[in-house]
Amino acid sequence: MGPVLAGVLQLLALIAALALACIPLGNYMAKVYSSDKHWRVEKWVYKGIGANPDTEMTWSAYLRGVLAFSAVGVLFLYLLMRLQGVLPGSLGFSSVDPAQSFNTAVSFVTNTNWQSYYGEQTMGHVVQTAGLAVQNFVSAAVGMAVAVALVRGFARSRTGALGNFWSDLVRGTLRILVPAAAIAAIVLVACGVIQNFSGIHEVGQFMGGSQQWNGGAVASQEAIKEVGTNGGGYFNANSAHPFENPTPFTNLFEIFLILVIPFSLTRTFGVMVGSVRQGYAILATMFTIWLSFVALMMWTEFAHHGPAFQAAGGAYEGKEVRFGVGASSIFAVSTTLTSTGAVDSFHSSFTGLGGGITMLGMMLGEIAPGGVGSGLYGMLIMAVIAVFIAGLMVGRTPEYLGKKIGTREIKLAACYLLITPALVLVFTAVSMALPTPPHSMLNSGAHGFSEVLYAFTSASNNNGSAFAGLNANTDWFNTMTGLAMLLGRFLPMVFVLALAGSLAEQKPVPVTAGTLRTEKPLFTGLLVGAIVVITGLTYFPALALGPLAEGLAS
Amino acid sequence: MTTRTEKQEDSMSTATTPTRAPHSDVPTGHKEDRVGAGLFDPRQLVKSLPDAFRKLDPRVMIKSPVMFVVLVGSVLTTVFSFKDPGDWFGWTISAWLWLTVVFANLAEAVAEGRGKAQADTLRKAKTDTVARRLVGDTEERVPGTELRVGDLVVCEAGDVIPGDGDVVEGVASVDESAITGESAPVIRESGGDRSAVTGGTKVLSDRIVIKITTKPGETFIDRMINLVEGAARQKTPNEIALNILLASLTIVFLLACATLPPFADYAGTQLTMVVLIALLVCLIPTTIGALLSAIGIAGMDRLVQRNVLAMSGRAVEAAGDVSTLLLDKTGTITLGNRQAAEFVPVGDTTEADVADAAQLSSLADETPEGRSIVVLAKEKYGLRERHQDELFGAEWIEFTAQTRMSGVDVDGRKIRKGATASVISWVEEQGGTVAEDADEIADRISEAGGTPLLVAVDDEQGARVLGVIHLKDVVKDGMRERFEELRRMGIRTVMITGDNPLTAKAIAEEAGVDDFLAEATPEDKMALIKREQAGGKLVAMTGDGTNDAPALAQADVGVAMNTGTSAAKEAGNMVDLDSNPTKLIEIVEIGKQLLITRGALTTFSIANDVAKYFAIIPALFAAVYPGLNKLDIMGLASPDSAILSAVIFNALIIIALVPLSLKGVRYRPVSADRMLRRNLTIYGLGGLIAPFIGIKLIDLLISLIPGIG
Repeated sequence: MGPVLAGVLQLLALIAALALACIPLGNYMAKVYSSDKHWRVEKWVYKGIGANPDTEMTWSAYLRGVLAFSAVGVLFLYLLMRLQGVLPGSLGFSSVDPAQSFNTAVSFVTNTNWQSYYGEQTMGHVVQTAGLAVQNFVSAAVGMAVAVALVRGFARSRTGALGNFWSDLVRGTLRILVPAAAIAAIVLVACGVIQNFSGIHEVGQFMGGSQQWNGGAVASQEAIKEVGTNGGGYFNANSAHPFENPTPFTNLFEIFLILVIPFSLTRTFGVMVGSVRQGYAILATMFTIWLSFVALMMWTEFAHHGPAFQAAGGAYEGKEVRFGVGASSIFAVSTTLTSTGAVDSFHSSFTGLGGGITMLGMMLGEIAPGGVGSGLYGMLIMAVIAVFIAGLMVGRTPEYLGKKIGTREIKLAACYLLITPALVLVFTAVSMALPTPPHSMLNSGAHGFSEVLYAFTSASNNNGSAFAGLNANTDWFNTMTGLAMLLGRFLPMVFVLALAGSLAEQKPVPVTAGTLRTEKPLFTGLLVGAIVVITGLTYFPALALGPLAEGLAS
Repeated sequence: MTTRTEKQEDSMSTATTPTRAPHSDVPTGHKEDRVGAGLFDPRQLVKSLPDAFRKLDPRVMIKSPVMFVVLVGSVLTTVFSFKDPGDWFGWTISAWLWLTVVFANLAEAVAEGRGKAQADTLRKAKTDTVARRLVGDTEERVPGTELRVGDLVVCEAGDVIPGDGDVVEGVASVDESAITGESAPVIRESGGDRSAVTGGTKVLSDRIVIKITTKPGETFIDRMINLVEGAARQKTPNEIALNILLASLTIVFLLACATLPPFADYAGTQLTMVVLIALLVCLIPTTIGALLSAIGIAGMDRLVQRNVLAMSGRAVEAAGDVSTLLLDKTGTITLGNRQAAEFVPVGDTTEADVADAAQLSSLADETPEGRSIVVLAKEKYGLRERHQDELFGAEWIEFTAQTRMSGVDVDGRKIRKGATASVISWVEEQGGTVAEDADEIADRISEAGGTPLLVAVDDEQGARVLGVIHLKDVVKDGMRERFEELRRMGIRTVMITGDNPLTAKAIAEEAGVDDFLAEATPEDKMALIKREQAGGKLVAMTGDGTNDAPALAQADVGVAMNTGTSAAKEAGNMVDLDSNPTKLIEIVEIGKQLLITRGALTTFSIANDVAKYFAIIPALFAAVYPGLNKLDIMGLASPDSAILSAVIFNALIIIALVPLSLKGVRYRPVSADRMLRRNLTIYGLGGLIAPFIGIKLIDLLISLIPGIG
């Protein structure tokens, strides 16, 4: 079997698995967020944090919950790392320095999982398990909660209430992420991923010399790393490391885990707004973009010219031979189109255009299918923008899901639209303009520029993957990517929740023959077009000077 | 006419003269350009040039954020060109950027210019008038501008009415051509629904006393002048929302351009400010930004051309969103006059006998119903219309509202035609009997929504009923098709009538409306509007009576008839000077067309950018990264010519689209899906492709200039 065929077959198997999982999981999640019963363990949690899970919150109360919870998370994680040296169970690692602690704390709370450190050489068991792993769960649950609040904004009428943040957070964690991660971890362990608390082993190498191997609770962290679209690896090599991702099957399974919740949330959305077809339209939009990106990526990686590539059967540099070019391409696209950022191959070693595809994937705003929760709300914002322009073209005040897209709604959506491009471009430009930061680049020319552009694209979009080569562990990059992550995560949430509040207050507009049908393929096409054109126009000059200059050179 | 209860009893029309002849603008099937405006005259561009330059004032420009950015860009490139006077490229770019701004202003100026002519004619009507104010029993002459609300003024034949008000005494014929353009005089009388008079119109006969209801400066004619000139124009909600979106896109592109110099520096090339500004202007949505206000003004103008005055742009936009239309039966759906449809014989008489008797007895009936009987007899039974003087010795009995009968006594025969009750009592008076089936037939006609008239004769065989004339409310031609179209557009029509439910149902079915409200009182109508609105629907209606005022105010689009009371005109947000209720449908279409034009040009504007990148990016960077030349799919002559071509295209496309923005995108009543598909293909796909061709052509021309290519 040729490598191309193998890649395509893996892709088909993945699509089939996702198709099977989407509806039941989506329905289940809709039930979780709509149920009025509390589990006993949840009641303990509510008692513990002193929250009343039954009070309905306005958008501002909901936002205060999100921000307060996240602020506490950042602070706790920061202190944990700063105090690692004096805490037990730290494998003898010292405390992490302030800039890196800030960066890492923000990174995990924002569901970015950008890592400017080497996991196995910096973080002990306590930080990994009590700090990072916990945030892997709750940061994902926060994203889902915000998405659900926006969905309620569409579904509800004449009310300011968007649900209860604490209840959404706890349920998302306990009823969705924990069970899913548990099942995933068991599968991963069964397939050879390690799960222990053993320390560091000195191992002799075949060629002489010795190597240090860490043990750790890897399978459990790996599971939530993918399910929660986090992406922060236990080891620096991330999912390319054989302890994290030993076989082609685990590789495919991990891609499945990355995609399953973001895709299924479209079903949840459809069920909650009372029209599963609306959910399918959003799903179709996400899927179209994702599949086109996979196809493009496979095409550039397999078909790349040059004698070395042709001898190897594709662009093999930086990719694991056990996965191959096809599976690595699927992984790279899936991890950059979600806000995951886990990698099983080095994006900087992809062909010039391939690297560009990973960047463009993030630049779309992580919406196809995007991070858990954040993908859905990002896509819905784009839908609002597309509906506005298209709605005018059918001669009515634009409306989406029975809600009018008026001045206030478009103001909030436009603000959302502005944030990430502003962060990416301004941070990159400042970094390029200052004398010192460019020293972090490993390469010169267009590739070097791509390293910096990739870093801020990844941070601002809360992806977390890195274009290897850039030394990001400097005060400048630790601080600036940290700020990019913070602003890139929470500013959009402010506008999403405000929009949700504004939508929930409206009375619904009945559907007539004059209404723009947002569940039809035509709208899906329009939405895909709008996303690609708007993103393309924003980033075209920057991309031209990085990956395009490199990719078109040969 | 809105809530006037139609009299169910079989009275024939009362003797009031209609204020205006019934309108003959019954829709006739599909007309391609139904809501298009007049032709665009290129000379208007030249005429509006001075205004376009006047609008360069930054305080005016700031209202359009996109064009303001272009203005700032033009100033900056000019300044840089002065610093480097030998740089022909900088000067050319500056010139074209200035042209871009001027073109945008020109679009707005042309749109406004079309209203100005109308405003001038209105101003002429508003010449300073002298009012004859009544103080107690004495008259005093004061300037019209000094009148206060509540003042009483006298107007006699030849006087110009000094201000808006209601007639409180007398009746007069008034020439309202100054506002309506209609030369036939109208009757204004105290009390009732025809009491409102408008300042600036002229009394032609008789004497009336008017109570002033509006302050000078705020009169109808003043507001009209402001409206058609666009002075009172405020941005509508959708326009504001669109402006926000455009502003945010402008910021995105501003960021993309502002962050480019450090990237370029690193790549090893220096970008000049002129080039950066050129890139920015090409990317920001200048096409829609330049035409946005012209589209809005032209939309209002299209209404004005149809003699509809919208008191706010908001109402025009709301018209596009309307999902329920409340239409009065009389005058809107039906012709308003009942007409003879059939002659039904009674007993052993033949239809021809009935027709003959009906015709003879109706010759002396000048009401529309009477005329329609004569017409039917002629058309259906070939009975030539006889003239009254043809029949010697005939004694004509004219129709009156008291007798409710008309007829003729000739050759010993007495023929009568009229309301059932009147004719029956006449037959009985003459000693005749009424056949039973006459009653039955009359009842059947009533139930079917018609009005029965009896025809009776008294001759040698005695007095008896010959037959029944079936008078029918005639549904206007083409209404069914019109409602069909509305349904396709997602608009539900509800017929409002004072008729009983049975009659209403029959007419509703014939006209093809979706629903009807029978025996409607103003309260019922109000309740219906509120019910629809509670379901999230926007409601449009017409009205003219004082009792319509609350409903007109409640409706999202309330179109008051100009013949109506001032209360109705005050309550509605539009006034139809032609007082033609059918126009509501056109108003809806104009509202939709306004939104479609905005959406289409926005899509076009954004889609245009793709090609501009393909022109400019290789031009900027191919020198350092030769691979980027592969993006130059247009094969442009030189980097300078590529950038210049993009800038020139960007400016010229504005002028090219001025006619479209004034005329509006073609609108046809089809479903939202089909409309979207069509507009996306033309303005989305077209917008993607057009600039590739346009830029290439301009580049070809430029490359012919020596020293550039």
